Amino acid sequence: MCGIVGLLVKNPAMRDELGKLMLPMLIGMTERGPDSAGLAVFGDKLAKGKIKFNLFTLSSEFDWKAFEKAFDHHFGSHAELNIKGRHAILLTSVQWESVREWLVQDYRHQLTILCVGNSMDIYKDIGTPEQVANRYDFSKLHGTHLVGHTRMATESAVTPQHAHPFTAGHDFCLVHNGSLSNPYSIRKKLEPLGIRFVTDNDTEAACRFLEWRMREGDTLEEALKAGFEELDGFYTFLIGTEDKLALVRDPFACKPAVVAENDDYVAISSEFRSLARLPDIKNARLFEPAPEELYVWTI
Amino acid sequence: MDNLARKKESGDKTILFDLSQTTVREMNQFLHHDLEKEKLGSVKITHPDGAHNIAVGLDAPVNVDIEGHAGYFCAGMNKQAHVTIHGNVGWSVAENIMSGLVRVKGFASESAAASGHGGTVIIERDASLRCGISMKGVDIVVGGSVGNFSAFMAQAGHLVICGDAGDGLGDSIYEAVIYVRGKIKSLGADAQIESMTDDDHRILKDLLARAGFGYEPKEFKKVASARGLYHWNADANQEY
Repeated sequence: MCGIVGLLVKNPAMRDELGKLMLPMLIGMTERGPDSAGLAVFGDKLAKGKIKFNLFTLSSEFDWKAFEKAFDHHFGSHAELNIKGRHAILLTSVQWESVREWLVQDYRHQLTILCVGNSMDIYKDIGTPEQVANRYDFSKLHGTHLVGHTRMATESAVTPQHAHPFTAGHDFCLVHNGSLSNPYSIRKKLEPLGIRFVTDNDTEAACRFLEWRMREGDTLEEALKAGFEELDGFYTFLIGTEDKLALVRDPFACKPAVVAENDDYVAISSEFRSLARLPDIKNARLFEPAPEELYVWTI
Repeated sequence: MDNLARKKESGDKTILFDLSQTTVREMNQFLHHDLEKEKLGSVKITHPDGAHNIAVGLDAPVNVDIEGHAGYFCAGMNKQAHVTIHGNVGWSVAENIMSGLVRVKGFASESAAASGHGGTVIIERDASLRCGISMKGVDIVVGGSVGNFSAFMAQAGHLVICGDAGDGLGDSIYEAVIYVRGKIKSLGADAQIESMTDDDHRILKDLLARAGFGYEPKEFKKVASARGLYHWNADANQEY
């Protein structure tokens, strides 16, 4: 079992409160996912030529200052580093492939790359949703939309890397409630194409499959339709891109989802109880998404 | 019981529970053990906010009004009580209902009235997938449409669908009877359309009247079992 939440604010005045609005949604899904939690938040795009890496260190002893110096020394260019405990956002104008190779070469035992892009940040860790939210100040997050997840692991280890959201490519992420029965065959198909996997988690296979389809030219909607054919198992998926939020359920609708929509926001959750604290929820249009249908909202 | 944030409304036999102040467990324990002792005729529950297990296991002739959206298993295993949800419900509303009445004013999520043995369940809007799965005698009336695999392995009782039905309606159905007013996307294995008898018209008229829906029995078609699955046929090679 897991919990998923998503929130897209249509009213620009609510963007500063995105984290605050989402917090009771995420904490409301604690019973469905008490062992890890995470979210991806989408905000303003960086200036042209800039890119950011979200990094996570498994060691509380990691020396971020020395890391920053090493970066500056290696690339001859200053990186901005925004540190919050074991999480840091590295902002740079160095070409992203070079930075990734350097991180993999020199820091693969110390750092995990959570995501790369220019509008998305990812925070994920083990602990209850409330503990994780407090650790990374989720209530202060702002932006246009986010996807969140509370995990009760059923098929792979409980570690920060195995927590959701999963990401692939740039500014693309996915959270999952359910379990896939063919993640290894998908992986076998993608790995010969040069697609690298970070974990043995089933959700990562779905995430990398969809992002691969989009790199091959599919729109998000086309990739999701290909997913209906290719991905076998139980799922409610919530997907975030820099300007979209998308929701799909498997053909048997084995995992729940409910949507609340009004003029100000679209809110998605596994269960209504985590939507109950949203402003003016009484007058929102509530519906249950149908199996094997695409639901896509654009900011 | 004074620690419960509840109060009797003046002059009558209604008790009020505010679930923003009282836990579902405390409330359910009161409904199970103290309701009849205090001779209360009705219960009003406010701020349900999607909580699970509201008013499960009731066994008393009482009217219960839930003022908002309820979560999973609402009014499960109900006996005697008349429960009205003034909102939507999550999965498995009135699961295993034995008697009494459960009315949902909004929509119901999956597995509504699953395995229900008796009583009546009325859903005024749509019901999701697997409505009436394995029903064993309950009467279900849905004002809107039902999702896929509804009345799967339905054994006894009636399922009335005033809107459309999804895929696999009545798959592996036994002696339950389904009445559908709208379109049927597909019938499940061993389910077939049959002609409506005088008894069907009488039963359906009564069910529609109890639900308060103004449709005529003649607008409906009947789905029942072809009874081809009653006996194992080794020659069928799993093709039904």
